[in-house]
Amino acid sequence: MPGKYAVELRDVVKRFVTPEGRDLEAVSHVTMKIRNGEFFSMLGPSGCGKTTSLRLIAGFEWPTLGEVYIDGEPQGHRPPFQRPVNTVFQSYALFQHMTVFENVAFGLEMEGASKDEIRKRVGRSLEMVQLIGLDRRHPKQLSGGQQQRVALARALVKTPSVLLLDEPLGALDLKLRKEMQLELKALQQRLGITFVYVTHDQEEALTMSDRIAVMSQGKVLQMGPAVEIYERPTSRFVAAFIGEANFLDGRVKSLKGGNAVVTIPAWGTDIAGLSTTKVHVGDEVAVSIRPEKVRLTDAPEAVKNCLEGTVSTSTYIGSDTHIYLDVRGQRIKVWEQNRTSTLDPRSLYQVGAKAWITLPPENTLVLARE
Amino acid sequence: MSARDASRARTRQLSLFARLRESRIFQGVALISPANAYLFFFVILPLVMIVILSFLSRGAYGQVVFRFNPGNYTRLLDPVYARILVYSLGVGFGTTVITMLIGYPLAYYIARSPARQRSMLLFLILVPFWTNFVIRIYAWIMILRGGGLLDTFLQWAGLTEEPLGLLYTPTAVMIGMVYEFLPFMVLPLYTSLEKIENALLEAAADLGAPPWRAFLRVTLPLSVPGMIAGTILVFIPAMGMFVLPDLMGGAKTLLIGNVIRNQFLTARDWPFGAAASMILMVMTLALTLFYTRRAGFSEELLV
Repeated sequence: MPGKYAVELRDVVKRFVTPEGRDLEAVSHVTMKIRNGEFFSMLGPSGCGKTTSLRLIAGFEWPTLGEVYIDGEPQGHRPPFQRPVNTVFQSYALFQHMTVFENVAFGLEMEGASKDEIRKRVGRSLEMVQLIGLDRRHPKQLSGGQQQRVALARALVKTPSVLLLDEPLGALDLKLRKEMQLELKALQQRLGITFVYVTHDQEEALTMSDRIAVMSQGKVLQMGPAVEIYERPTSRFVAAFIGEANFLDGRVKSLKGGNAVVTIPAWGTDIAGLSTTKVHVGDEVAVSIRPEKVRLTDAPEAVKNCLEGTVSTSTYIGSDTHIYLDVRGQRIKVWEQNRTSTLDPRSLYQVGAKAWITLPPENTLVLARE
Repeated sequence: MSARDASRARTRQLSLFARLRESRIFQGVALISPANAYLFFFVILPLVMIVILSFLSRGAYGQVVFRFNPGNYTRLLDPVYARILVYSLGVGFGTTVITMLIGYPLAYYIARSPARQRSMLLFLILVPFWTNFVIRIYAWIMILRGGGLLDTFLQWAGLTEEPLGLLYTPTAVMIGMVYEFLPFMVLPLYTSLEKIENALLEAAADLGAPPWRAFLRVTLPLSVPGMIAGTILVFIPAMGMFVLPDLMGGAKTLLIGNVIRNQFLTARDWPFGAAASMILMVMTLALTLFYTRRAGFSEELLV
C-alpha cells in the first residue's frame, strides 16, 4: 500500500568533485516530504541544488549521504530505469531520429507492451497534451511548445507515480509559458499524479504549486503553501527572492507574544511589527514589508508606524503605479493600485511631493538577520 | 557613319560593359571562377583525359596510339584481373569492417571522456600522421618480420616457439591497412558520437531502457552519419591502395591499385591502366551511392 508520501528525502547530502578538483556540496542535509497527488515545487536561484535534488529522485545521481524514498521504498543505488518516476527534461531531450509517435512509444516498448496497447496508450497520451495528427512528424518539424508537449506525453504515457519536471517551460515565450502553467496545473489535478517541479521563476511556482520549497546554497530555507511563503517568509532571503520587499535594519527593543517593537537607527524611531521567527530582545533584525502593503496618504495618520517622505520617482505601469519615496534617507517602494479611471495628473503622486507612509504592524515582519 | 552615330555606339558599348558589371549573374560567375578553374583543371580535365585514354591503344614501344580500342575494358573481365578486382573489394570491405569494430569503441570512449582528456586523446590518434607513411610501414615491417619485434616478444613470453612468418602475407597487408585507416574511421565517428547529448541517454534510462538498450535505440542510430562518413573515408582509399600491399604483402598480394600502378609505371600500358582506374572509380562510386541511399543519410553527408 502506498504511504502518505510519494517522495521523501531524508537528510540527503550530495557532494561533487568539480573539474578543478574542489569539493562542492550541491545538496546539503535536505529533508523533504512530498505528499501523494501534490504539486510540489523546488524554487531557488541557479546553483541552489534544486536540479540536483530532482536528479537524486530520478536516479541520475545517488546521494552521498542520506536516503531517497519513493512510495515509501528506499531507492539506494537503484538506476533510473528501475524507478517508478519519469522526467520532463529542460532541453526536452527528444529523440531526433524518431517520430513523435516513436518518441512517446519508447517507454512502453521498454516495458514490453503489445503493439495494440502501445497504439492505444500513445494515442491517449497525445490527446491528453492536445497533440493530435502530428504523430508522424519528427521533433525538428515541431515548434518549441509542441516539442514540450511531446516530452510531457512521453513521460506521462508510462503513468508514473511521480512526474519530475526540470524547468520545462524555461524555453517558451512568456505568453505560451503562462498558458502552459495553467494547463499543467489542470492536467496534474485531473490525473492526480504527484508533480515535482523545479523552477527559478517565483511567479511560476506561486501560480501552480500546492507547496513550495525555497532553496538556497543546497539547503531548504522554507517549505509551505504559496500563501505562507509569500505572506510569512521566515528569512530575509525568502522575503527578497519571492516578490519584492522593503528591508530596514534594526534591533529588537521589546517582545510581547508575536508583537515586536524594533528600533530603526536610520530613522531614529521605533517600528511595531510581527515576529514570526525566533528572535530575542536586543537581536539585530531585518524589518520587511511588501510594497503593496505600505499605505500611502497625503496627510499624516494618527496611527503607529507613520512617517513622512518625499516622492523621488513615480512610474505609471497600467494596473499599478510604482512610487519610490525617500523616507529619512531610506528608499521605500510602494505599489499603489490604480482603482479609479482618470486622466487627471493630480491623481498621481508628483515627484518632489510630500507623502506619508504607514507600515501596518500586522504586515510588517521582523526577521532574524542571517 | 556620322560622328554622332559613332559616339552613340560607344555609349551603348560602354553601357553594355557597365550593365555586365552590374549583372548579378556575371558577378556570381566571376566570383566563383577561381573555384571553377580549379575544378576544371584538376578534376574535370584529368578525368576526361583518362576516359579518352582508356579507349586508346598501346603501341609496340609502350606509347599511346590514337586508335579506338574498347578491348581495355573487356580485358578486365579476364579471370586474372577479375580475381584481383574481387580481392580488392574484399580487402576494402575487410579494412572497413575491422576499423569500424576497433574504431567504434575507441571513438565512444573518447567522446564520453571528460572534456579535458578528449583533446589529448584525439591528439594521440593523430600523432602517427607526423611521421611519413612509408616510414611507418617500415616500422611495421620491423615488427612483423621473421625474428622481428613481435616474434621476439612472443617467444620471450613463451607463447610461440617458431617465427610466425606474418610479413608478406595477406594478414600483414590487413594489419597495415587497419593501422593506416583507423584514424579516418575514428574521427568522423567521434564527431557524431560527441554530438549526442547526455540528456538523451538519461531520457532513455528514465523511460526504462537499461544501458544496452539505450545504446541500441539511441546512440547507435544517432551515430549512423559518422559510420557512413568513416566508411567512405576508409573504403575508397583502401580500394586503391598500392604502396602498402607492395611493401608488406611482398609481390604476392596484388590489389587493383597495384595493377593500375604497374600498367602506368612498369608495363607501360597507359590505356589499360586508365580503363582499370575507370572501373575502380565507377565501382566505388556505385557502392558509395548505394550505401548512403540505403542508410538514408545522404543529405546529412553533404553538409
